[in-house]
Amino acid sequence: MDKLIISPSPHVHGGLSTNRLMGDVLVALLPAFAVSVWVFGVSALLVTAVAVASCVLFEAAIQKWALKRTDTLLPAVLTGVLLAFNLPSNIPLWLVAVGSFVAIAIAKMSFGGLGRNVFNPALVGRVFLLVAYPVQMTSFPEVVDSTTGATPLAMAKGALRSGQSVSDIMPNLDYLQMSLGQMSGSLGEVAAIALLLGGVYMLIRRTITWHIPVAVLGSMAVMTGVMHASHPETYMDPMFHLLSGGAILGAVYMATDYVTSPMTAWGKIIFGVGIGVVTVVIRVWGAYPEGMSFAILLMNACVPLIDKAFRPRRFGKNHHRK
Amino acid sequence: MLKTFPLGGVHPSECKLSRQSAIRYMPVPEVVTIPLAQHIGAPALPIVKKGDRVVVGQLIGRSETFVSSLIHSSVSGVVTTVDMFEGPQGRRQMGVTIKVEGDEWSPEIDRSPEVVRECTLSPSEILKKITEAGIVGMGGATFPTHVKLSIPPGKTAEYLIINGVECEPYLTADHRVMLERGEEVLIGVELLARCLGVRRTYIGVENNKPDAIEHLRKLASKFDNIRVVPLKVQYPQGGEKQLIAAITGREVPSGALPVDVGCVVQNVGTALAVYEAVQKNKPLIDRVVTVTGQGMVSPANFMVRIGTSMREVVEFAGGMPADGAKVVCGGPMMGRAVSNLEAPITKGASGLLIFDRKDALRKPEGSCIKCGKCVEVCPMGLEPYLLNVLSRKHRWEECEAAAAADCIECGSCSYICPANIALLDYIRWGKSEVMKAIRARNKR
Amino acid sequence: MVTLGYTVLILCVLGVVAALLLYFVAQKFKVVEDPRIDAVEKMLPGANCGGCGRTGCRAMAEALVKNADISSLYCPVAGSEGMAQIAEYLGKSAPVREPRVAVVRCAGSCDKRPRTSTFDGATSCAIVGSLFAGETGCSYGCLGFGDCSVACEFGAIHLNPVTRLPEVDEDKCTACGACVKACPRMIIELRRKGIKNRRVYVSCVNKEKGAVARKSCKASCIGCSKCAKVCPFEAISIDCNLAYINAEKCRLCRKCVAECPTGAIVEVNMPPRKVADPATAPATPTPQKADSSAKSNKE
Repeated sequence: MDKLIISPSPHVHGGLSTNRLMGDVLVALLPAFAVSVWVFGVSALLVTAVAVASCVLFEAAIQKWALKRTDTLLPAVLTGVLLAFNLPSNIPLWLVAVGSFVAIAIAKMSFGGLGRNVFNPALVGRVFLLVAYPVQMTSFPEVVDSTTGATPLAMAKGALRSGQSVSDIMPNLDYLQMSLGQMSGSLGEVAAIALLLGGVYMLIRRTITWHIPVAVLGSMAVMTGVMHASHPETYMDPMFHLLSGGAILGAVYMATDYVTSPMTAWGKIIFGVGIGVVTVVIRVWGAYPEGMSFAILLMNACVPLIDKAFRPRRFGKNHHRK
Repeated sequence: MLKTFPLGGVHPSECKLSRQSAIRYMPVPEVVTIPLAQHIGAPALPIVKKGDRVVVGQLIGRSETFVSSLIHSSVSGVVTTVDMFEGPQGRRQMGVTIKVEGDEWSPEIDRSPEVVRECTLSPSEILKKITEAGIVGMGGATFPTHVKLSIPPGKTAEYLIINGVECEPYLTADHRVMLERGEEVLIGVELLARCLGVRRTYIGVENNKPDAIEHLRKLASKFDNIRVVPLKVQYPQGGEKQLIAAITGREVPSGALPVDVGCVVQNVGTALAVYEAVQKNKPLIDRVVTVTGQGMVSPANFMVRIGTSMREVVEFAGGMPADGAKVVCGGPMMGRAVSNLEAPITKGASGLLIFDRKDALRKPEGSCIKCGKCVEVCPMGLEPYLLNVLSRKHRWEECEAAAAADCIECGSCSYICPANIALLDYIRWGKSEVMKAIRARNKR
Repeated sequence: MVTLGYTVLILCVLGVVAALLLYFVAQKFKVVEDPRIDAVEKMLPGANCGGCGRTGCRAMAEALVKNADISSLYCPVAGSEGMAQIAEYLGKSAPVREPRVAVVRCAGSCDKRPRTSTFDGATSCAIVGSLFAGETGCSYGCLGFGDCSVACEFGAIHLNPVTRLPEVDEDKCTACGACVKACPRMIIELRRKGIKNRRVYVSCVNKEKGAVARKSCKASCIGCSKCAKVCPFEAISIDCNLAYINAEKCRLCRKCVAECPTGAIVEVNMPPRKVADPATAPATPTPQKADSSAKSNKE
């Protein structure tokens, strides 16, 4: 018999791994990906491929030569897919690579790599492109039935600004079509049902907890619901807000990013409510039609504070003596 | 809805390979080494010397300190040395080595097989017998039982909770004891309850042992005030604080003892030992040990004399598998790895678990992705990721503020961590530093 | 144009008001501090290693300026020379201490001390030492996970991958004592550096009985007390089966080194022996660095 191995307890491991968690998210994104390929055609495939390839490339290169670390590359694949999901399908491919560079090199690796970034890399990439190349980022291809190339959010906002009332806009919207992907928008934000399906998968696999998605969507629904109920002609109804833009993509896939979200259940709820409220504020009163990315990035910055403020409930705090 | 503890928890695969194996008596070995410190507290001092003849059940070590325990010979024969020997983790400790000759038992021990229920002893007499039998917590903590049964003035015990949870994967010693020695266990429980003067007694059993639950329930109908409580299969259900919370809903506050919430917890193995001590005059000289592991030919449960070397026990169970690379004394979650197989089985050794090389080695550590799984599973509501970082940076004051001292070292955090970070290794270090600081402060 | 004028005016007024406010606040809350503290801090090495027993160089500088008698204050990093400069600047008498160096008192290299188990877990001596006796049979010797090396601010102590023992770089070691505190086995000792860096010491801390110690490690001190008997200066004491050489009394005669049956007594930086002794001849080439463990390997 050979020398015995000694190590501190525990001597067994649950088998969970970073790769499994990231793989689960990727699997959960598959239905939405399928819908976007069906809606946008081969260009969706191309944009995603370029985003993933360039993200992995930048990640591997920086890990090898700058950080001298050997972290798994699957998170970079996920960043690539999420970035692609946030881009219009007709974006020039070189811009996709630029976005990937910003996402990986600036938003992630400059903070020290996996697990150390403050902001969601894919969203930093997207917001950079949105600010630097607004034209390319907001001209969406015409989808089969859509009346215009504008997203429902941009369309509604434009209409409301120009003095039209909600009832003027409503005939142009079909919620069923929107939830099936028949609307204009980024690759991954068009198929609400497919995105929710993936979310349910992740909940079953315990990849994510319910707190953040429910808090984000719930707070958005409540806030827009109250506004719509008090001024039905000025504010769009909650269903519109939940189905349009990146609400579901953001709530289920972007805000739940482990690295940039709080640890505890209450922290997650506060984080989610923050995102929901800021998103609605930007959508309704801000200059941009969509505020999800900004809201998530804003709340990302608050995560360290939230983690400090919302500690888990300690055992022994609720004892009742006879 | 089955009862369970309020926070966290994991569910490791149960792997109760030896659940069907009835307890077999292992033959008396040729030599035993009986450690003088098999319990928490002051080590016992030897009262025999080289060349002395001893019989089974004879006292060989005692201590004047209250928090300590008596040590008895588990065999009959001649004392060959009273000296330091190498313990299971390679540390040297005091022990009495006895060369076995025959199997002569001390005359007062009742070796007849019949079960005796009648007991006319007063609580203090029961306590005295338990003290004299050298009984310690047999779940693995080895805290002297008589100390736990001596309720400090000003406090009262309302509930006696018997721990038949055995939430550690692989181990089946308590399971078999409950099945095969159920009646004796319940008489032991009755004696413990009388000793404490408690109103109610609960026996907590995890729901993966339906046969034991049913068996004990049937038997318990003959006893007053003993209730068998099935519990959800969730680790660490058998942790003292978790078990109390699961059964009574009371949470033992940080730094307090179970008796502060009116509870006393004892293991089923301890209850059996109490029965044998009080009704049969038999001190704690043997215990049930599960010998198991994926590579073992026939995982089984044995009644082993204290002091038998681990190597002999493993060999009796079919020998070390060809690629056996790690031996753990206790369960896979909280047991301690053994570096020296010649070390003896002690009062707290509930199992020997043998891992193959591929299962023995840890996977390389990755980067923390802040997934929060460790916070989710911590049964004490701590933040393992934070304690890990603070410990690595030697920031002990902050460790204390983050309640490192509350850690029960259950290992759920390390178990779940997707990056294979050695969370508990570092938290344990932080905890020990914090405890050191607290003790130093209290002294001043 | 008028708007622009107003803007400029308001901004100017705001600037002036703020400046005045800041000026008065600064005056009001000014902390009067001895300027010498800054000067002394600059003269100190600035390593903040804690070798002086204080939290950092600033605290040390304050103590040096405030205390009239600074004989008990000593920065090992600055050394006697540096302390003399500081004392001269402050007009106080300089504390003088003999230069010291960290010495690793374990010679249990891989070939001398067979591994009996393999550790797989957090690579820290403190963690290993709290749970196990280590990977070898010796429960006193070096654990080999390099807590000392991590603790050293000066990069003066490193694990030798071959022997798995730490080695001290004498030129870099400042005797701050960080490694002494970090070692859970208390193997590292600060010893006087000695004239021309020459030292003789017992490179073992095993207190087991001779047979036990010898079994776990070929280079262990077995407490045979031959060295104590041969020492002409009564510098060697035996306590719990372990010899210790008092550096104050030792005159570096090296009789004990020749006498030690296990080679646990180590000499460093000593010149070659005059009489060629066949038994110790290979050990005579003097190593330039304090490379005790590597040297004892060659023996």
